[in-house]
Amino acid sequence: MAYSEKVIDHYENPRNVGSMDKSDPNVGTGLVGAPACGDVMKLQLKVSDDGIIQDAKFKTFGCGSAIASSSLVTEWVKGMTVDQALEVKNTRIAEELNLPPVKIHCSVLAEDAIKAAIADYKAKRVKAATQ
Amino acid sequence: MALKLPIFMDNHSTTPLDPRVLEKMMPYLTSEFGNAASRNHSFGWHAEEAAEKGREQVAKLIGASAKEVVWTSGATESDNLAIKGVAEFYADKGNHIITAQTEHKAVLDTCKRLEKHGYEVTYLPVATDGIVSAEQVAAAMTPKTILVSLMLANNEVGVVHPVNEIGKVVKEKGAIFHIDASQGVGKVPFDVTSARADLVSMSGHKMYGPKGIGALYVRRKPRVRIAPMIDGGGHERGMRSGTLNVPGIVGMGAACEIAGEEREAEAVRLIGLRTRLHQRITSRLPEVFVNGSMEHRLPGNLNLSFAYVEGEGLLMALKDLAVSSGSACTSASLEPSYVLRALGIGEELAHTSIRFGIGRFNTEEEIDFVADLVVEKVTRLRELSPLWEMAQEGIDLKSIEWAAH
Repeated sequence: MAYSEKVIDHYENPRNVGSMDKSDPNVGTGLVGAPACGDVMKLQLKVSDDGIIQDAKFKTFGCGSAIASSSLVTEWVKGMTVDQALEVKNTRIAEELNLPPVKIHCSVLAEDAIKAAIADYKAKRVKAATQ
Repeated sequence: MALKLPIFMDNHSTTPLDPRVLEKMMPYLTSEFGNAASRNHSFGWHAEEAAEKGREQVAKLIGASAKEVVWTSGATESDNLAIKGVAEFYADKGNHIITAQTEHKAVLDTCKRLEKHGYEVTYLPVATDGIVSAEQVAAAMTPKTILVSLMLANNEVGVVHPVNEIGKVVKEKGAIFHIDASQGVGKVPFDVTSARADLVSMSGHKMYGPKGIGALYVRRKPRVRIAPMIDGGGHERGMRSGTLNVPGIVGMGAACEIAGEEREAEAVRLIGLRTRLHQRITSRLPEVFVNGSMEHRLPGNLNLSFAYVEGEGLLMALKDLAVSSGSACTSASLEPSYVLRALGIGEELAHTSIRFGIGRFNTEEEIDFVADLVVEKVTRLRELSPLWEMAQEGIDLKSIEWAAH
């Protein structure tokens, strides 16, 4: 199967690879997928106190399309508000990367990773507020 | 000599045509184009002579007589003809067939079709080394068993079955023994007498011959009967109609002759290359696992799982190298290789497997290049892998509740 140029570019030069401190109250961590399914994404978002995503880091176990999908969303969400990031849809990711039908699940996983990271961030905020 | 890229190391999927084979085929692709069934002119006679010589060459490789070789289009057709042919011909003797879970789809899907027509099929499980034992076969046989179909060597993990022991129990119980030998013949010792084989499938392009030609060995003493699948002019003594593929036959014959002459020396060379590749990878990378028996294995096969690195992602990084993966991320099902699953390999590790198929034209220089490339790319992808990071932090990945998707 031929990969699109954009997938190859993100795969060969992935943006924002790395990890942030999970215990930082401003960092939300999303871990989605399963090793048994062949895809696991970890996405971390650092959110400022006024709700802007300042930084994003990822690590992905998966095929080229999964790596490219997660790399792409780290670029996109930086500078977005949390609410804007929640609006990022898998269809946009799939379109941007020209993913074939069998790879759509990679873009779904990337959308899920954003949602999971933000949910984790929000849970931390709630916990901090109630303490 | 500079390396020519990409390197082909996927010799279980197919093999390059040996130039010596092509040379033998050339006249039959050009001036000697006759139909082997034409009995009244020299074009036909020459074609028939060539087809009969090819038959002898194939027969010699497996210790058979030329009259026992039926030409087909390849091993898939041979498997279909053997299994469906026996099932139909011996239908009043019984309806039970025994095979194994790790067989090629040409066997498994043929058996599945027969199940729809009232046949009962036992799919034997394999041990963690990938092997089916003679004891397992004996225990599965019933008075209704008409056919046992097992492969000589597995196409994914290269495991070689003890066909000589299995053949003994099959014949003791009076069933017919079919062996899909497409991966093993010409690579490991095999002959139809020691294996007590009744039917043997072979393929030209798995042994440096051309594609589109295969053979089915059909025992004559005692005679094994099969119902034909393709009706027509009654070629191949009625078992397989259709004009003979003479250039293909000449090529397969030549390929068998070379395989017979060079097998032993080539096996030693391939095992040397495989050991070198394995050592040069595992000495520099932790958590690399061999899938399948290392002892009973095709000389050129190395199937490795690189924990925490997804196979298809790794293949993309290995773009200068043609190998294959047991990860089936490209298929809609997301299911990894059924062969690896049958060996009891967890889905996590099955997704990280790479099959190296080392062949006649691979060199030591290529092995060293491939080992360096694999080490570099696996290291890079592990840096990118959340699972590798978690494993380094001492987190047990099995303790996490993953959301299956």
